[in-house]
Amino acid sequence: MAGAVAQGDVFVRVAARRRRSSLTRSRIRSAWLFIAPSLIILALIAGWPLARTIWFSFTDANLNNLSDYEFIGFENYLANYDGEWLGLLTDPDWWQSVWNTVWFTLVSVSIETVLGIIVALILNATFPGRGLMRAIILIPWAIPTIVSAKMWNWMLHDQFGVINDMLLRAGLIAAPMTWTANADTALWAAVAVDVWKHTSFMALLILAALQMLPQDIYEAAKVDGVSPTRVFFRITLPLIKPALLVAVIFRSLDALRVFDLIYVLTSNSRDTASMSIYARQQLVDFQEVGLGSAASTLIFLIIALIVVITLAAGRVRLGEDPR
Amino acid sequence: MKVLSRIGFWLLVIAIGLFALFPLYYAIISSFRSGSALFTTAYLPERFDPTNYIAVFDRQPFGQNILNSIIVAGTVVAISLGLGMTAAYAFGRIAFRGRALLLMTILAVSMFPQVAVLSGMFELIRSLGLYNTLPGLILANLMLTLPFTIWVLTTFMRELPKEIEEAAFVDGATPWIVVRRVFLPLMAPAAVTTGLLAFIVSWNEFLFALTFTLTNERRTVPPAIALMTGSTAYELPWGTIMAASVIVTVPIIVLVLVFQRKIVAGLTAGAVKG
Amino acid sequence: MADVVLKNVQKSFGKAKVIHGVDLDIRDGEFVVFVGPSGCGKSTLLRLIAGLEDITAGDLFIGGERVNDLAPAKRGIAMVFQSYALYPHMNVYDNMAFGLELAKSSKAEIDAKVREAARLLQIEALLDCKPRQLSGGQRQRVAIGRAIVRDPKVFLFDEPLSNLDAALRVQTRIEIAKLHTDTRATMIYVTHDQVEAMTLADRIVVLNAGHIEQVGTPLELYHRPANLFVAGFIGSPQMNLIPCQVAGVGPSEVLVSLPGGGSLSVPVQPDGVQAGDSVTLGIRPDHLRISPEGALSGRVELVEELGENHLLYVDAGQGRRLTVREPGDARHEAGSTVSLDLAREFCHLFRGTGEALPPLKGHTSPASPSPDLTSSAA
Repeated sequence: MAGAVAQGDVFVRVAARRRRSSLTRSRIRSAWLFIAPSLIILALIAGWPLARTIWFSFTDANLNNLSDYEFIGFENYLANYDGEWLGLLTDPDWWQSVWNTVWFTLVSVSIETVLGIIVALILNATFPGRGLMRAIILIPWAIPTIVSAKMWNWMLHDQFGVINDMLLRAGLIAAPMTWTANADTALWAAVAVDVWKHTSFMALLILAALQMLPQDIYEAAKVDGVSPTRVFFRITLPLIKPALLVAVIFRSLDALRVFDLIYVLTSNSRDTASMSIYARQQLVDFQEVGLGSAASTLIFLIIALIVVITLAAGRVRLGEDPR
Repeated sequence: MKVLSRIGFWLLVIAIGLFALFPLYYAIISSFRSGSALFTTAYLPERFDPTNYIAVFDRQPFGQNILNSIIVAGTVVAISLGLGMTAAYAFGRIAFRGRALLLMTILAVSMFPQVAVLSGMFELIRSLGLYNTLPGLILANLMLTLPFTIWVLTTFMRELPKEIEEAAFVDGATPWIVVRRVFLPLMAPAAVTTGLLAFIVSWNEFLFALTFTLTNERRTVPPAIALMTGSTAYELPWGTIMAASVIVTVPIIVLVLVFQRKIVAGLTAGAVKG
Repeated sequence: MADVVLKNVQKSFGKAKVIHGVDLDIRDGEFVVFVGPSGCGKSTLLRLIAGLEDITAGDLFIGGERVNDLAPAKRGIAMVFQSYALYPHMNVYDNMAFGLELAKSSKAEIDAKVREAARLLQIEALLDCKPRQLSGGQRQRVAIGRAIVRDPKVFLFDEPLSNLDAALRVQTRIEIAKLHTDTRATMIYVTHDQVEAMTLADRIVVLNAGHIEQVGTPLELYHRPANLFVAGFIGSPQMNLIPCQVAGVGPSEVLVSLPGGGSLSVPVQPDGVQAGDSVTLGIRPDHLRISPEGALSGRVELVEELGENHLLYVDAGQGRRLTVREPGDARHEAGSTVSLDLAREFCHLFRGTGEALPPLKGHTSPASPSPDLTSSAA
């Protein structure tokens, strides 16, 4: 009996070495062939530039001559010359841009989430013209950001803008406001445009989640006589929470790298600059590739950190068995 | 009570609709007003003055800008779909070692802040001699579209029943034939969706286009509009800018309206199922 | 045409072993059905034969050739899937022609084969249709047609009827049986439906938890289940299984004491069981008869009228429920007490380990299977 078991064991081991049928072998071989071009291109246009950016952040490279630079360690980030602290981490403009970006992200994503839920609930109801409504809310999403910014710029124009005109007529303001040039209101203007442009994205993701909810639980709640608000907070909201989280994360990551909206909408002052604007300004306008790369690297690290935390916390299941 | 909530509901619908549509509407009516007419606010279209539309093409190479945008976005879409389709088959259908990690990496790339690669990309494009050229922009934009194309197509690919693929293997198909003869036709609707999303991403791209081009003739539409100047340095030509905005927005909006359902499916496939 | 031989075939998914060393000889031209509860590994075993899954260990021979490392298309098999798996973008003709086209057959040959298969399955009128325009039954015919044109040595069917409604299922079942008589090809058929298994199979393979419980003709399995699992799995309603104790042993009988005091002599070989052993007595609902002085008695809990016959569910004490099938309409109501007679020649006895005690030598059981089909349990 024991001999038979041992023999079976050897058999299994011998078999294991040649166990892959030609179907599996050829499929795995072709899998690598199929992804190789994409991987090579991504390594070239994403991996390599990212690595170079991080490398440049430790050098004094200048845009005029990118091949002539010296390694200077962490001096772009933080350096001490004769007791005086220098570098990115001591630059108030950098910290202003960080604060601007975080504030912009928090405010716009919060508003978009609330409005997105409302719009999604409306689109989830059956009413004549629902398809048309869904198309209409997609329009702001499709308009290029630059164009949106320009349109709003015009509407917010201090002398001829329609928004000042409306508010004056309604008696809400006494004199025309300089919305985009004024540091106090410029970021609010950016939030308004962002909300206008991206609420539909949020709404559509939430709507997709709403439409996947089983209908019978709502019928059961109706039979039990639960009030609609209770149904929303006790049933709907918990059930769409995972989708809502994904949408919030996607939007937050997008908002954290905001560039074009603020760049075009506001008058490019340091009071309203985002992190991306700051980095590009160092890089292109001031030709300080080293400093700009340091800012870029920090932005990357901040966003990477957020991604890693969310992926770990949300346990987003990736690459699971396709079956 | 019931009537009241009905009215409230419709007021809300109308308010959302107005909020969504008004800026575009206002841009359109502004684009048809010129000269001093622009310096008074108007809520209703009065007359159709095409001056701005002529000026757009007159004062800068806007036709060339549009063509550049089409070339860049078109090429980027074609390359992304071509590479993305085969990669999506491998990721969606074949269990190989390291798949989850690779897919995760690709998703991570699609979340890269563009500015994080800006200096490295600048160096790359310059050293390849592609600065201020369309191929340079195409290369850069692939970083934005390729990962997300692979990702969305993979989620679509996973939804196709595996039996169809197995039937094809029993019929004697190789993996390449399965992709070409079975999955490609089945994935056509998904490819349209993904291609459209990739097109919009590339069409709207601003940071790379602004940084990697120098001359007006090589610019795509977004930097061209952003950098439009008037006859004097102090006053922006709002009418012309609005006309340009309308010109580049209308085709996109038509696309979105025509393919509305597909776009929604693509957006949710990329996000919800992730 | 070919035989299919499995030698100690094993399959693991990661650490989980799902097929534990299966040995099986399927003869050329035989119709073999794999049955078993869901998760027993029957579909996996079929997919191993098809080449859609890798064999972890063991050998698979088709027509004498070891095919472990051959791609599905090179094994000379054709497969019909539960979900039909038709190519949605191709019309019926192209669906059937695809395999031949990949095999680089000539246009004329493809055309002849496709039209012949279409004629056989009476789907000639549908050749230009797309799968989505077809009904479930039509789709399954196309799937079968796609298998036929490949002219395979072995047909593999993976629960091909479970997506069809009841009437269509019977009809398609008959057509598959006819296809087998016409082509005399080897066929392996997976199902969880024992009616399909009983009606179609030359031999049935009963699988449970990744190993074979019994292989045999349908009647053999019905009349001589090798163990408790097969006894409980084959036959509907289920065989009654009554735990009891051996009271005494004779040379050609085993005396068991029944719950409720009676005793019964069962004509089987004792084969080593002794007085005092716990055994299980098995008897089918048809072989329990209501009689004034039966060996068992109990209270009727529920009556189910089926028209041609009826079922009585009898509580025989200690929560033990017996099923009785009697012809015609019921003559007893729920709540009444009945006594039941057991037809001793139809009784089965199972050891504590589950194996059946062998029937008497020379004793002709109602099945009287031919000797060469004697079952082999793995």
